[in-house]
Amino acid sequence: MTIVKEKTIGAGGADTGRRKFIAGLGASAAVVSSGVLMRPAWAQTGKLKVGVLLPRSGVQGIIGQSCQKGADLAPAVIRQMLGVDVELMNADTETNVDTARTRAERLIQEGAQVLVGPFDSGAASAIAQVCEQRGVPFVINIAAAPQITEQGYKFVFRNFPTSPELVTNGLALIRDLFQATKTAPRTAVFMHVNDTFGQANAKAIGAILPRLNFLPFKLVETMSYDPAAKDLTVEVSKAKATKADFLLLVCRLNDAIILRREMVKQRWHPMGIISPGSPGMYESQFYQALGKLSEYCISNVPWYHPKAELTRLVDAAFRKQNPKDQLMFHALNVGYTVEAILVAADAYKRAKTASARPLTEAIRQTNITKRMMLGGPIKFNAKGQVEGNLSACIQNLNMKPAVVLPAETAEAKPVFPVPDYRRA
Amino acid sequence: MSVDVANVLNLVLAGVLTGLVYGLMALGLSVIFGVVRVVNFAHGEMMTIAMYATVMLFTALNLDPFLAVFPVAAGFFVFGYLLQAGLINPFVTRPEHTQFMLLVALAMILVNLLLMIFGPDARNVQLDYLLESIELGPLLIDRGKLYAALVACATAAAFFLFFKYALLGKAIRACADNYLGGKVVGLNVKRLYALTFGLGSACLAVAGCMMVLLVDVTPVLGPSYTLLAFVIVIVGGLGSMAGALLGGVLIGVSEALAGLYFTPSAKSMFSFALLILVLLFRPQGLLGKRP
Repeated sequence: MTIVKEKTIGAGGADTGRRKFIAGLGASAAVVSSGVLMRPAWAQTGKLKVGVLLPRSGVQGIIGQSCQKGADLAPAVIRQMLGVDVELMNADTETNVDTARTRAERLIQEGAQVLVGPFDSGAASAIAQVCEQRGVPFVINIAAAPQITEQGYKFVFRNFPTSPELVTNGLALIRDLFQATKTAPRTAVFMHVNDTFGQANAKAIGAILPRLNFLPFKLVETMSYDPAAKDLTVEVSKAKATKADFLLLVCRLNDAIILRREMVKQRWHPMGIISPGSPGMYESQFYQALGKLSEYCISNVPWYHPKAELTRLVDAAFRKQNPKDQLMFHALNVGYTVEAILVAADAYKRAKTASARPLTEAIRQTNITKRMMLGGPIKFNAKGQVEGNLSACIQNLNMKPAVVLPAETAEAKPVFPVPDYRRA
Repeated sequence: MSVDVANVLNLVLAGVLTGLVYGLMALGLSVIFGVVRVVNFAHGEMMTIAMYATVMLFTALNLDPFLAVFPVAAGFFVFGYLLQAGLINPFVTRPEHTQFMLLVALAMILVNLLLMIFGPDARNVQLDYLLESIELGPLLIDRGKLYAALVACATAAAFFLFFKYALLGKAIRACADNYLGGKVVGLNVKRLYALTFGLGSACLAVAGCMMVLLVDVTPVLGPSYTLLAFVIVIVGGLGSMAGALLGGVLIGVSEALAGLYFTPSAKSMFSFALLILVLLFRPQGLLGKRP
């Protein structure tokens, strides 16, 4: 805030009138006399201002709101854990990359000291550019496109697997699934959303799958579709015509709902629908919109550790804020959003200042071992990327997501091939 | 790439059925423009409201969308009448850009109101028959789409008969043909304009009720349907009722086939390619009259 005042005076010095100059001088004197400049930023406000950018409306609105639940409960949990006060400054990206960029700029202008978000690779790329230009740290909660942390950015950090990591983890879990169910599908049709995330996943699958000789299937067709599609008749018809054994799907939420309905209408019953690492099929709205049709869909995604201490705290806070809802329907969204804000708060505590450079340096030195999500400690590499985030195989059973693999954390046994939905 | 014939037939049929509902939506726009000569830039947004009304009636009263057509269309007739009489009539003789700004502003207000009231969540009607298909040899016909298309055809036929044979319909057409002439022979042109806007809105409401059977509704759906309606009426011929239906079917089928033979994510591109072709070689639209 002090910097902003100084800039205003300096910028206007040459061409503003005497009155404006004196007013500015007076304001500065007031600030100085109040002793604000004498104290470190840590003591100045006692609060870390976190700008939270999420797609709370638009095509990804429901998932954005799900992430927001994590952001909303984070300050109380963090105060309890670290004794740090966090002030959220929320902004809606409206599922639009340009809006994400302008909202990020606005949050920084309004005093956000660190940005968190935005559940979308396209938006994350845009916000990353803004943060680099303005020198403000940015902690990504969810976004998988690998290029975001391949640009040599100094202020951008990501605690979420990249698409190649997601796909590698997801495909390994598919192997485990086939082994556990003693099945060996020969063919798959691959459908993916045509956005930054979907393209990154498609690229990763194209590069990784041919190298994995432990998987028994081959892709007979790959097709992209519009993530904002209102009708997927053509896409499903084309996929059905391939007669593939199962559907490998990289989706979002709304399209996953439309696609599942269309499969039923066109009477296409493959052995199963498996996502190698995308959102959609474990979200609460998926169950609400589809009812029994949501059963047996499989998502190999990063998930929370059910017995972790942080999970317990977050679960309690979640139930308090959302008495009619359950954490399991927002696991990934809430978990990674809480962890992103935790990273910022933890760094703020160690840096004892919210100034951009020391705070950024403190984020770089992060080493959080007691975390909520599955995987190793939150520790950024030289590119600002956390390595070692793990996935679990989640299957929709009895209208809720259940961990079915890995076996040591499984809550139920996997079902594959899946029964016809009419017998579900 | 080999594509089996049954698959092609199924997709063409799906394209025709969806296209008929698109056509009904565009018919409302065509009727309003054909008579009042005002382009309704809030067309898609108004249809979105009709879709929400249908979903609300289903949720609150368990009213099937086929029955919801009557109250929703009646409500929209009144809404359209009042909108024209109270807001748009003063703009009829003003420059076109002021009409454009008025209706774009209205569209933005409607989208934001919907966002405030309903939030961004997608909503739909959950009816068992919407997941069923009718099997006819190699054809698999989506029941929801079939019924929606039948309602679209019936509504379009009713409009056609009204404008061709009913006294009021003839009076409206007279105003459309000659504004000054209509006034000279004693027609209350402003009132007839309001009635036309009401009828166009009712037509749009029926399309909205049927569209709920095909897609989930969100507040931000409106602008894309406004654009789609424009593409359809320009392809079919602005002001032509039959042209609107033909345009809808052509767009539906072209999207289906483009998705099948090329990449599905680029299927909308073909609608716009069709639009450019029509603008180049038949600017008045396929069934439109030369000005």
